[in-house]
Amino acid sequence: MLEVSGLAFGYGRRRVGAGLDLTVRAGEVLCLLGPNGGGKTTLFKTLLGLLPPLAGAIRLDGEDVARWSRRRLAARLGYVPQAQGATFPFRVSDVVLMGRASRLGPFASPGPADRAIAARALASLEIAHLAERTYTEISGGERQMVLIARALAGEPGLLVMDEPTASLDFGNQTRVLAQVRRLSRLGIAVILSTHDPDHAFLCADRVALLHEGRLLALGSPAATITPETLARIYGVAVAVVPLPGFRQSVCAPLLPD
Amino acid sequence: MTPEREAAPALGPPPGAADTRSGHRLPAVLPVLLPILGLLALVVLALATGRYAVPVGDVFGILAGKLFGLPVRAEPAMQIVVLQVRLPRILAALVVGAGLAAAGATYQGLFRNPLVSPDILGVSAGASLGAVLGIFLALPVAAIQGLAFAGGLGAVAAVYAVGAAVRRHDPVLTLVLAGVAIGAVLGSAISLLKVLADPYNQLPAITYWLLGSLASASLGDVAAILPAILIGLVPLVLLRWRMNLMSLGEEEARALGVETRALRPVLIAAATLVTAAAVSVTGVIGWIGLLVPHVARLLVGPDFRRLLPASLILGAGYLLAVDLVARTIAPIEVPLGILTALIGAPFFLWLLASGKRGWS
Repeated sequence: MLEVSGLAFGYGRRRVGAGLDLTVRAGEVLCLLGPNGGGKTTLFKTLLGLLPPLAGAIRLDGEDVARWSRRRLAARLGYVPQAQGATFPFRVSDVVLMGRASRLGPFASPGPADRAIAARALASLEIAHLAERTYTEISGGERQMVLIARALAGEPGLLVMDEPTASLDFGNQTRVLAQVRRLSRLGIAVILSTHDPDHAFLCADRVALLHEGRLLALGSPAATITPETLARIYGVAVAVVPLPGFRQSVCAPLLPD
Repeated sequence: MTPEREAAPALGPPPGAADTRSGHRLPAVLPVLLPILGLLALVVLALATGRYAVPVGDVFGILAGKLFGLPVRAEPAMQIVVLQVRLPRILAALVVGAGLAAAGATYQGLFRNPLVSPDILGVSAGASLGAVLGIFLALPVAAIQGLAFAGGLGAVAAVYAVGAAVRRHDPVLTLVLAGVAIGAVLGSAISLLKVLADPYNQLPAITYWLLGSLASASLGDVAAILPAILIGLVPLVLLRWRMNLMSLGEEEARALGVETRALRPVLIAAATLVTAAAVSVTGVIGWIGLLVPHVARLLVGPDFRRLLPASLILGAGYLLAVDLVARTIAPIEVPLGILTALIGAPFFLWLLASGKRGWS
């Protein structure tokens, strides 16, 4: 579905990363791991078309997206930003409705069909009860769910989630990751970034380790997340231990004595 | 102008529609009809009230006579007061108040900041400099208004050019700060002209203009600015739902499929056109563009599809009411800018203190 080849990305003359090749298939979850300043956010902005690629190409469904309109791109690629405060106190249902923008002409307002789709998106994440609440008054975990619902309301084929678990408590992190898995079963591809390698074990089909703007490793979580690679990108000693009885591993940092 | 309510028409909300906000269980036409009726009542009151009181019945008689060609029983003096003295002024108040409030609501959404106002991009400062220059050069009134209009647009063009040239920072912040800086330059030019101006003729006229007044507004003025204001309102009405997305900020809006780089200049130009047209006739009337959208947001929420009509009606009513006070409270007429600031600032402080309702 998504093909990235020879991609170089950055801001104007400042190159952040280069030589990036990766593909994401429908229903696949790709987890992007990397240290602060490793280029994750810049890469996401480039994938979303917010920054022009400095070299290489991004293809969606086999077509180069360079000439796509914002609407066409947004209709295919849903974006879930980190949940932050909003300036104005929109109702949750109105926030989710904004996800329909890529499906409506510039002068159009959403109609009953759009509202039904927005309501379904809320219901599918089991947060229909938030519909009439004010976005600025709900919790951070609820906001993150609402933003996922907003992206789903645009009926995308691929979701780009920028650290969806950041600043969430333990339970909410897990709930968000469970939704990521559920979405992939529905055939939606997901690219998400995280700072927690455990999350990659929990939800990812494949992991991309981004270090200094280049792919250090790309493959299954078990193959890519090792004490060696983690030590290399984060500069700390880490133990990666299989969880007895489960098909996942856990990572624990080790302090020098 | 019709706010788009949920698909629950005049029959009231369907069973099970949990509309938790109060006041929305009324039939859907009432929230639209009541403010308009209230505004019309205020217009009639303003036509009747003043140094020369005209009974309300006569006001209706005179209006009906004018509109439908019916015979009028009221004295000719009353007719002159109502139709030639008060009506132009009231129409100007409605148009200018509605325009300033709509522009303010737009700027607040675009700049994602409930504290910005039509003054923020230097519109008022530019218009003021144009008008002050016109008064200083002893130009005719129409030329002064033209200069004010051109000054307002020119100032925003300069601010926007700075914003386009400086790409290193957040574009919104750049625009706002450029507006502050250019506004300061324009302010110093105004001060220079005030120092140079003839203290007996020109200086009072300049001071009066800078404080804002509807006293000299004529039907011709209203006719002159109405097209500009209506043209400016067209994009705001057409893009009313997209405005909600614009208030999410540049990146989020673009990621959701909004062509912000095309829409933002259009919306800024539209709001600026409205503001420049309004202040070119009345002089600087501060606080309306800041305060009225705030109050409208408290009443109808931040959805621009409701916020725009609410701001238009509230802005029209507010300026009309303030002007009514301005011309009746004292033997001499009080400049509007004094009253709007006197009412606006305490209200604004109350908003600040009472926990930022209407925004977060």
